Amino acid sequence: MCLAIPGQIVDFSPEQPLLAKVDVGGVKRNINVGLLEDNEVGVGDWVLIHVGFALSKISEDGAREQLRMLEAMGENELAIEEVRGYSFGERAPSAHEAT
Amino acid sequence: MLASPPGGKLRFNDPQIEMAHGAGGKLSRRLLEGLIVPLLGNPVLDQLSDAAVFGFAGTRLATSADGYVVKPLRFNGGSIGELAINGTVNDLAVSGARAIGLMATFILEAGLRGETLRAEVEAMARAARNAGVAIYGGDTKVVEHGMADGMYISTFGFGEVDARAVLDPKSVVPGDRILLSGPIGDHGITILLARGELDLEADLRSDTRPVTPFVTALLDAAAPGLRWMRDPTRGGVATALNELVRDANCAALIYEEAIPLRSEVRGACEILGLDPLHIANEGQFIAIVSDEYADAALRAVRAIDGGLEAAIIGEIRAQPEMTVISETGFGGTRVVDMLVGDPLPRIC
Amino acid sequence: MKYVDEFRDPKLIRNVAQELGREVDPAYHYRIMEVCGGHTHAIYRHGLQDLLPPNIELVHGPGCPVCVLPMGRVDDGLSIADHPDVILTCFGDMMRVPGTRGTPLELKARGADIRMVYSPLDALRLAQSNPKKHVCFFAIGFETTAPSTALTILRAAELGVRNFSVFCNHVTIVPAIRAILDSPDMRLDGFVGPGHVSTVSGCRPYEFIPRVYGKPVVVSGFEPLDILESVLMIVRQLRAGEAKVENQYHRIVPWDGNKAALAAIAQVFELRAFFEWRGLGFITQSALKINGAHAQWDAEVQFEIPGVRVTDPKAAQCGEVLKGVLKPPECKLFGQECNPEHPIGALMVSSEGACAAYYRYVHHAQPVRG
Repeated sequence: MCLAIPGQIVDFSPEQPLLAKVDVGGVKRNINVGLLEDNEVGVGDWVLIHVGFALSKISEDGAREQLRMLEAMGENELAIEEVRGYSFGERAPSAHEAT
Repeated sequence: MLASPPGGKLRFNDPQIEMAHGAGGKLSRRLLEGLIVPLLGNPVLDQLSDAAVFGFAGTRLATSADGYVVKPLRFNGGSIGELAINGTVNDLAVSGARAIGLMATFILEAGLRGETLRAEVEAMARAARNAGVAIYGGDTKVVEHGMADGMYISTFGFGEVDARAVLDPKSVVPGDRILLSGPIGDHGITILLARGELDLEADLRSDTRPVTPFVTALLDAAAPGLRWMRDPTRGGVATALNELVRDANCAALIYEEAIPLRSEVRGACEILGLDPLHIANEGQFIAIVSDEYADAALRAVRAIDGGLEAAIIGEIRAQPEMTVISETGFGGTRVVDMLVGDPLPRIC
Repeated sequence: MKYVDEFRDPKLIRNVAQELGREVDPAYHYRIMEVCGGHTHAIYRHGLQDLLPPNIELVHGPGCPVCVLPMGRVDDGLSIADHPDVILTCFGDMMRVPGTRGTPLELKARGADIRMVYSPLDALRLAQSNPKKHVCFFAIGFETTAPSTALTILRAAELGVRNFSVFCNHVTIVPAIRAILDSPDMRLDGFVGPGHVSTVSGCRPYEFIPRVYGKPVVVSGFEPLDILESVLMIVRQLRAGEAKVENQYHRIVPWDGNKAALAAIAQVFELRAFFEWRGLGFITQSALKINGAHAQWDAEVQFEIPGVRVTDPKAAQCGEVLKGVLKPPECKLFGQECNPEHPIGALMVSSEGACAAYYRYVHHAQPVRG
């Protein structure tokens, strides 16, 4: 539910190995990484932060893959529309209607 | 289905004063319009502008009073002393007046360190010199230890309104542009971080500064098109614009992407679930300028030292009446409400 | 900001919105529930409802951990602050939630020592630096937040901090979803699943929804692109006659959840036999309490909790709004007697409450969709 936000690990605390300094747009906070697997994260990694804890490591590849697919979505449709001879912006017939 | 019908009278029946009554948003408004104005009202007070403007001996005078309560007293980029000078200077500036003199009242807590007080008075002297204003007098009281958070300062200022400044919310019309002088949220977030309770670090400073040079530049370049100004202090840009649309009976549309915002302020707001539009600023102003003069106005403000980040952030529309709307980069819209109480970080 | 801005890219959002427009069956009225209050808030904050085809109706679910707390339970927590030498701590979200005697902010104005914290660890630190006081943390939240409370209690135990306790109101989302699915007055086509709860619980707990009820579930992120893509994925499943759980938020949500987080929950908490949810009534095995091994830090053991049940005012329709039966503006009190300055129910002040989202972000004259 709650508000959780991506941040980048910039440092680990020397006194407490479970405490990492995380940067969100230039704002830094100490975050407890006790909910992540040992050695799962290092400096430079991105994590999801919630109430002072890191809940998950963010997958750079996963994000990139997702965005790539969404970019392709627009391109595919553009290509299909050119083939169909529709001008950009006109709505293609619904898949239910197409036979 | 607004809580108070448009144009209807607000009533103050609150059984006790809450922190929210001082936050600059809806509750502050209710205190003012429901209690203070009805009991003390007169044509000048009734306008409830930042400064009171009235005719005097063939010219127009503007006067303003403000209380400064801030914890901690010193923070990155300034201190209570500076706020006390710049805040009142700015209230006068956005009423079209150059501040001539100020008077200052100190309420000091017994136990306050002498050097703390000295530092603040020095800060006030510096800020007054910087703003070109003189401090003509004031008063000092001491209260018991445990009260006054160290010190409270209250300033009263007066100035002469520039003859070219004809500012009236009723002159605002659809098509007018909304000009913002610079990045928002710096002051409020700096204070929040300075309190140390949230354990956040950022390279941020309060934006406290006098805005008079910018206003002068605006008047030089665009006076005929300058309709209204306000400094978005407590309650932020959202509250200032909501007050405008209410007084001008119009709508304001802002483009979210156009709002100047530092990355650190954005980061802090994202972490805490705060809206930058609700955060206090101490060195910014909003001006409503006619479409014809908008470009000249923006150029003039940007040409002043410290004005580079000024931007046109939106425009005035006729509908939806008395509403401020924000549009995202991808065409979604949402209402920008007036702050209710202090902005509280949210976790969930 | 990385991992935020890319998911607010206007071009990509338009791509998905257009694709959604192409894929919907124009003759069908879709009712899709976003379970999580955070999604409701995000949708209206970004004006996403403007980008959806007109025949997709979003039904707002009960995923607001503050909203579903009955007023009596709020009173219980606030009663702890009555004790001298107790500092009651809570998240910012709680500060404006009304109990019968007022909100935490109002009680604080009257002298109660109630302080806001960002993290339960901050409350524990407060206890360490105030040895003569007792610090109690009013814990709220779904599975997203429970592990953090658990780790905090474990840390208190490890450090031997005795002047600290937690008033635990963690609830679990699956029983609430089940209660809604079993409700006779609901027709729903699919679910936008809670993204952050799922970082802890994983996606498996939702498998019963397609299996037993035949509805698609897509676990979704919170940025505009995430939410739109998730709605698209649901529509595609429906078109294909499929029903399964999909993970749209896979850059963050592991399918099997967070082992360490689940272990921490298991170590510190146990399920209550039942718990009262505002609007949904008593639901079995839907909430967590601190187990016997950690009773030392359980506020319900350390303090006398009144436990009085307080029913909502008859005119307030919080329950129906929580279940998605009514939209906020359809409640008779919305915007009139009930508004953020004077909330009748928590839905209006909780940042995740549907009523607050509508009041703040949706123009009051706009027609309500669907």
